[in-house]
Amino acid sequence: MEQVDLEYARRPDGTLRVALGGDWRLAHGIPAPRGIIEEIEKSPLPKKVIFETGILGGWDSGLLTFLMAVLSRCTQLGVEADRHGLPEGIRRLLALATAVPATPGRRSSKPEPVLARVGDAAIAWWIGCGDTLAFIGEACLSLPRLFTGKARFRRSDFLLVVQDCGARSLPIVALINLLVGLILGFVGAIELRRFGAQIYVADLVGIGMLREIAPIMTGIIVTGRTGASFAAELGTMEASQEIDALRTLGIPPIDFLVLPRLLALCLMMPLLCLYADLLGIVGGLVVAGSMLDISPVQYLLETKSAVHLNDLFLGLFMSAVFGVLVAITGCMRGIRSGRSASAVGEATTSAVVTGIVSIVVATAIITAISYVLGI
Amino acid sequence: MSSVFEKRSNGIVEARPKITVSDLTMAYGDSVVMQNLNFTVNERDIFIIMGGSGSGKSTLLRHLVGLQEPAQGTISYRGTSAGFWEMPPPERERLLRRFGVLYQGGALWSSMTLAENVALPLQEYAAAVGAEEISGLSSLKLALVGLAGFEDYYPSEISGGMTKRAGLARAMALDPDILFFDEPSAGLDPISSRRLDDLILDLRDSLRTTIVVVTHELASIFAIGNNSVFLDAQSKTMIASGNPKRLLAESKDPRVLAFLTRGEETSRG
Repeated sequence: MEQVDLEYARRPDGTLRVALGGDWRLAHGIPAPRGIIEEIEKSPLPKKVIFETGILGGWDSGLLTFLMAVLSRCTQLGVEADRHGLPEGIRRLLALATAVPATPGRRSSKPEPVLARVGDAAIAWWIGCGDTLAFIGEACLSLPRLFTGKARFRRSDFLLVVQDCGARSLPIVALINLLVGLILGFVGAIELRRFGAQIYVADLVGIGMLREIAPIMTGIIVTGRTGASFAAELGTMEASQEIDALRTLGIPPIDFLVLPRLLALCLMMPLLCLYADLLGIVGGLVVAGSMLDISPVQYLLETKSAVHLNDLFLGLFMSAVFGVLVAITGCMRGIRSGRSASAVGEATTSAVVTGIVSIVVATAIITAISYVLGI
Repeated sequence: MSSVFEKRSNGIVEARPKITVSDLTMAYGDSVVMQNLNFTVNERDIFIIMGGSGSGKSTLLRHLVGLQEPAQGTISYRGTSAGFWEMPPPERERLLRRFGVLYQGGALWSSMTLAENVALPLQEYAAAVGAEEISGLSSLKLALVGLAGFEDYYPSEISGGMTKRAGLARAMALDPDILFFDEPSAGLDPISSRRLDDLILDLRDSLRTTIVVVTHELASIFAIGNNSVFLDAQSKTMIASGNPKRLLAESKDPRVLAFLTRGEETSRG
């Protein structure tokens, strides 16, 4: 392997002669320019720096970075650097690299003080709140247009969303709620058996699933599945200027993109929740039958006597509210997303996180209200 | 430095082939895009792949950079033991490191700064190079494309033309043997487009890089190309090859002439 050869020495006339030889490629290792820069900095400064490259073999960007470092130090010190000794290709590339002066707007890499960061975060949060309210406001304003038949969206889009968030969600909703029903029944069975009150597993599973767990679990599944897909789809549309194209045609994106999704989720969520209720009760029934020797008829009769229509309607109402929340957060994050791949990713994450948090907060509020009202 | 020309026994000097495409058929499933492609890209060529919209230029580029497997035929590169898809995977990986590709939209990674975009190939493949050198190299590559000082910017903060130049800086990160450009002047103003052409010429002359360009910009084709292939969507094959200026002067094919004269030749005829 050919070695890198670097020699430099001052001549009696004050010129610094730099001789480069061998193979100056990154793969072979390039010497650091520090030594030669120190030589240039020595007082008295050299009158001129000249290069000799008679025995220079191969070279690549490694030699260019070395020379750039030396030449920029020469410029800073006001030392003349004669590039004539360098091969023509290198001279041309060096000229190219220095043709456009560096942009002075280089940002400082110093981290901002904690107080400034807290302030920035607070301001961003405040702006985010304003944005959310504006979005909800726009969505509310488009509802009257929907009811008067003036909202502009395609029915086929609406049906596609209905199919995607409804029928296609059935398998995952079924699996999760069946398992949750099983788990709830199992935990109840262990405790209730100790008191000889096994039959109340049916009450526990029935009331628990219908009032709270089925809507929450369905809401979380739909947030992860449909909310994330809304955010990613609308975010990508924003990135590829599809939403701008709607705006310039005078079609409000809220009407065209958000309304069909909002409507579809609002309609499908209660249906999914009903399905989830059923599967949860089946889960409990399986546990009761296999662990507690309760017959299916006994179990269903007990469920019927324990569960009231109010419980069912409360759960369905909650799920409709969750549908609105998931659709709004998913669409809002998507439409407000930036125009890069990472911004779309952030929008999707944010849609899921906001969706889940809002579902839990809404559950707490609705449960408290229903307690006060005695529902 | 060895010559890029080979002297044959009879004294005739001829260029050394860098990429050889033989009997290439490109297809998506059962739908054939192009067939019977045979051409050679020589060392230090600026080779233009031209043709109308939808003629399969970008698809051919995808085949040349190894993103798509040919339905039939081989693509071989100088210094390798076999065609691209026939060679053992480690050799293929080594070959890929010798390529630099500038995609149509720049294809910068949006979560990284420009310097990080250029540094990533170096960090991955230039194990012997230290962090300080990598930072120097990324700054150099950005300076070469006129983006000195933009190291800390994110792709979303710069204009389309700058994105393209930053994409070129990244393509040049590993000092590639062959640089591929997909529509380099698309979306650029005439002056930026001309500067990019000058840069392509400078890179070929200074770094001795072989360059393959997909374009239908006539100004670029005549300014930089010294060899070319012309793809025709209707006949699904190449209908001309050679120096674009010579094609303009000598070609008798009305389709080639119509393209190279922006339709003026055929409308006159």
